[in-house]
Amino acid sequence: MIPVSYYLILSAILFSIGVAAFVFRRNIITLFMSIELMLNAVNLSFVAFANVHQNINGHIFVFFVMVVAAAEAAVGLAIIIAVFRTRETLNVDRVNLLKL
Amino acid sequence: MVHQILFFVFAGLCVAGALNLLFQKHPIHSALSLIVVMGSLAALFLLLGAEFVAAIQIIVYAGAIMVLFVYVIMLLNAGEEEKSPDNSSIALYIGVPAITAIVAFVLLLLVRRNDVHDGVQLGQFMGGTKAIAMKLFTDFLLPFEVTSVLILIAIMGAVVLARKER
Amino acid sequence: MNETIKLIIFNAVKILVVTHVLLGAVAYTVWLERKLIGRMQNRWGPTRVGPFGLLQPIADGLKFIVKEDMLPPGVNKPLFILAPAIAVVFGLTPLAVIPFGPMLDAARYGWGEKAQGLQITDVNIGLLVILAMTSIGVYGIALSGWSSNSKYSLLGALRASAQMISYELSLGLSLVGVLMMSQSLSLRAIVDTQAGGILHWNIFAGLQIIGFFVYVTSAFAENNRIPFDLPEAETELVAGYHTEYSAMKFAMFFMAEYANMFSASSIATLLFLGGWHPPHPAMMLGTEGSLAYALSGVFWFAFKIFLFICFYIWIRATLPRFRYDQLMSFGWKFLLPLALANVLASGLVIALRNT
Repeated sequence: MIPVSYYLILSAILFSIGVAAFVFRRNIITLFMSIELMLNAVNLSFVAFANVHQNINGHIFVFFVMVVAAAEAAVGLAIIIAVFRTRETLNVDRVNLLKL
Repeated sequence: MVHQILFFVFAGLCVAGALNLLFQKHPIHSALSLIVVMGSLAALFLLLGAEFVAAIQIIVYAGAIMVLFVYVIMLLNAGEEEKSPDNSSIALYIGVPAITAIVAFVLLLLVRRNDVHDGVQLGQFMGGTKAIAMKLFTDFLLPFEVTSVLILIAIMGAVVLARKER
Repeated sequence: MNETIKLIIFNAVKILVVTHVLLGAVAYTVWLERKLIGRMQNRWGPTRVGPFGLLQPIADGLKFIVKEDMLPPGVNKPLFILAPAIAVVFGLTPLAVIPFGPMLDAARYGWGEKAQGLQITDVNIGLLVILAMTSIGVYGIALSGWSSNSKYSLLGALRASAQMISYELSLGLSLVGVLMMSQSLSLRAIVDTQAGGILHWNIFAGLQIIGFFVYVTSAFAENNRIPFDLPEAETELVAGYHTEYSAMKFAMFFMAEYANMFSASSIATLLFLGGWHPPHPAMMLGTEGSLAYALSGVFWFAFKIFLFICFYIWIRATLPRFRYDQLMSFGWKFLLPLALANVLASGLVIALRNT
């Protein structure tokens, strides 16, 4: 029997590692992956609370979070490809001028 | 006893994968660590009794979104991350303690709630595909249709943005 | 012996039997393919090694084991070794949820009180587990091409994985029609709704002929079999994503392809052709729940899978391959709308039946 708080603590740890990866990494693709990690941590806490209150609305919200994450990943990666074509770099510190 | 072992194994895999994502230099290794995190999260969802959500976590997240990431890394031939000369060390010395403080604060707030100390039963599968479908197509019909339009817009946007310039 | 130990032994026996039978079937499917294609092309096929060439797979296996397993320079070692393992593991995992036969009344034979199914485990979301495993199998191919440090491999891998993820959509949608007719995602429940004679199978009574056609075509494309095997064609891309692989790792890709073929055939049998039910209910031995009944169920299941695999091999001997742009436009512009139309039509039929 695992208390639900263990799942919530795991979710908080994953979210903070996601924030750390977002702040400290310089590659654009890794930044996007850390955003996906944060969304996954939030999904875990949604499902944990759905188990606590025995309410299936938590699962439905996870479904919607996944759908929005998919749409965001698709558009974000298309933007990365467009940026790479013009600037030839994937380092986010170099994409700092409005005009090349 | 089985529950403890399963939980700690998959939770350990999650944290190890997330730390690997943070510390690896090449983006493809970070992407593979993120796939490991998503797989372990699907197992944790099964432990929490959410069978449909676990299945669609693997199908959608680990099987489609991460394939997209791996594709872009392979197509752009992303190399290892270069050391940037304008990395500030102030961010490192203030950032790490700040994140640790925030995590500790959130954990403190969490464990003081009253309703999160009940145990999770192993094998207590709640709802199933049928229950989710009933809720999704009656109470949550508007968000469902709106997210369909959202995905359509995202598809069109991705196709237009990634097209070759004439 | 108490219940837990009996349960563990029974499940361990099931797992061992299923895995070994499948790996033996994979080896002998290679023999069957070479013989059948040879006969269709008016030549003998393997005849030297053993009677009718029956020991040929054993000779091939020995060759793969003793060949030199080289790592080309410049490859990404962990990914190079991991990729064929991913392909094989996720090609074999769908077997864990496939029911091979009817429920066995274990109390008659002293093995416990409940009826035991001839299935490793019956999960409520069996169909989704199979879709999930095919989704993850794409990584084996994508990572093998990337880690090989070679242009041909990378292009072959990108093409193969793009093809696989495009046809996964029509694969999933063709299964939705079956799901609506059977009202359940559990594979055993889907097979149970097809009891009765041949006219009760989902392809006839469930009106899933179009769904069957879409499923079979998508399964051919998922497995990279002819007519969709441009990514691994020898004349096009040297050998595609497994150019740089030798010996045992190449054998693992081979095994993964035939294991995927086997999984796709068994899913088609379960969902569209009635699973382990015979064409007429009188064609089974013994009464329901006995061992003879269970074994004759397994026989019918294996017979239908054998017919499917012969169909796969027949198509390989007969059709030319698609060009890559023809392949992608066929998947997106023809199969996907057809699968959607199938879902709409099935929904309409169910709604009309219920009024």
